[in-house]
Amino acid sequence: MLTLLFDGIAYGMLLFILAVGLAVTLGLMNFINLAHGAFAMAGGYITVLLMNRAGVPFLACLPIAFVATALLGALLERTLYRPMYARPHLDQVLFSIGLVFMAVTAVDYVVGSMQQNIHLPDWLQGRLPIEAVGIGKYRLFIVIVCALLAIALQWVLSRTRFGSRLRASVDDPRVAGGLGLDVNRIFLLTFAVGSGLAGLGGALGAEVLGLDPTFPLKFMIYFLIVVSVGGTTTITGPLLAALLLGIADVAGKYYVPKLGAFIVYTLMVAILLWRPQGLFARASAR
Amino acid sequence: MTDAAATTPSRASPRAPLGAAARSLRGYARWRWWELALFAALPLSWLLLPSQALLLNEIAIVALFAISLDLVLGYAGIVSLGHAAFFGFGAYTAALFAKDVMPDPIVGLVVAIAASALLGLVTSVLILRGSDLTRLMVTLGVASILYELANKLDWLTGGADGLQGVVMGPITVPFTALKGFDFDLTGRTAYAYTLVVLALVLLVARRLVHSPFGVSLQALRDNRLRAASIGLSVPLRLVAVYTVAAAIAGAAGALLAQTTGFASLDVFDFHRSAEVLLVLVIGGTGYLYGGIFGAIVFKLLHDLIAAWTPQYWNFWVGLFLVVLVLVGRERFVRPWTWFGKGTKP
Repeated sequence: MLTLLFDGIAYGMLLFILAVGLAVTLGLMNFINLAHGAFAMAGGYITVLLMNRAGVPFLACLPIAFVATALLGALLERTLYRPMYARPHLDQVLFSIGLVFMAVTAVDYVVGSMQQNIHLPDWLQGRLPIEAVGIGKYRLFIVIVCALLAIALQWVLSRTRFGSRLRASVDDPRVAGGLGLDVNRIFLLTFAVGSGLAGLGGALGAEVLGLDPTFPLKFMIYFLIVVSVGGTTTITGPLLAALLLGIADVAGKYYVPKLGAFIVYTLMVAILLWRPQGLFARASAR
Repeated sequence: MTDAAATTPSRASPRAPLGAAARSLRGYARWRWWELALFAALPLSWLLLPSQALLLNEIAIVALFAISLDLVLGYAGIVSLGHAAFFGFGAYTAALFAKDVMPDPIVGLVVAIAASALLGLVTSVLILRGSDLTRLMVTLGVASILYELANKLDWLTGGADGLQGVVMGPITVPFTALKGFDFDLTGRTAYAYTLVVLALVLLVARRLVHSPFGVSLQALRDNRLRAASIGLSVPLRLVAVYTVAAAIAGAAGALLAQTTGFASLDVFDFHRSAEVLLVLVIGGTGYLYGGIFGAIVFKLLHDLIAAWTPQYWNFWVGLFLVVLVLVGRERFVRPWTWFGKGTKP
């Protein structure tokens, strides 16, 4: 029971790291980016390929995955995404679905459609028997890393100068620009960091979530659930939504495997029916 | 419908001279020569291209599905990522009905349409609130729920293997002596059947979008607040159009299941919702015949590219979508504006 809860928390933390970039893009630029999972997949594949083909140790792969995906995100933001910000939502949806399809088939073409396995270092394998609660070492590692990241993010957003600039741009890009903030650069940086975090999440999650070319499609709805249920105005909203989703999904699949993901979807529809702006949205969402 | 009278004074007194606004609205509704030509082309395609009946049948079904999405997206302005929910629901209903109740295609079609319309009516409550993102999520969620249901209820739907062993009876047209058209391997009967449904739906949809109801839909698409403040009941209209669209999508799905004798999880897949969006965007949204042209272009492209690289066909779909959006949807269907200046969309 507690093991299950812990697995759910680890899963939720992972989803949070994967989706937080999306929360920022959606909240900041009001841009519906269905291709967010593609960045996560990129991070996962970078890790797998580096480890299996070049023999890079696992811990060194994580920062590489983060940086490489962030650079990829920055490049795409600069070239493809920026003209899309002012477009209607339909255009954004079509555009990002197109990107997903391209990413899925490109990876399929280059690497192959089989599931990729990751070989964790020895010290991350096995379980810690604490008080008869089996806790996977790797799951614990995920929880610690993600919790540290979440705290760091919260700190950056609420305490640093960049954070306040970002929040200013969130609230009103035009006024922020008028006050001399380079909104475009803030967008670029944020998008890059968000993509990098997705890449890191993909690298961390390759072992837990499984990694194959359909990854962005399979988990697209999960990321969107985290963001739409959690609301896009805070960091804590998506975090709580991700934890809720993680626990509900793990518990649901364990106790009623026949229903599968059915519970999660139904829960999402119900929550959105009840609070269309998200569970933890500020009262006066724009 | 008290507000309808305000938009069309002609209805209150048909003989009175029309005002300028009413005349212009009437002008849109007039039959054009190319519309008649299009309707004439439907039976001609059946007569002239007998060997292509299977492909044409697929095109007609996709066109029907795209018309349904057009009512929701093009006329009412609701971005849906889960329109396959109704398509799939219609397909499974028709297949199950044929398998377990009676194999008559027309009765099955009517049952499937009714069931999908009911589903549309029930789920339309979900799209009334929230932002574009919420609606996107909810439509996607409904399609995913149905996908999971069809996957897990394997005693009913056959699960991941799909619903096999659907045998359709011959078509018997009610109230006439026409009976005994079997679905054959060449697909000509199937195509004729689909064409009749397509033509009927087109006529209904044409009537619908040119009616005061259709015009009011476009008003609320363009500016919902304004439409509400001049007295249009926005939620009622959205519910109505969503239900009609669901019924048409259900018809498309039922036709697919009946003419192929098979229903699989694929009908609920995200790919299907995304593809129909693409089809509609190629043909043009908010334009009744867009779905048909889009379906023709899409299916021909599909055949062409799939013959060349079957596994990676999706890459080209994706590339096409990205380029399409970057160029701009409006400009894409108007090639003469590509190289002109100052015609920003």
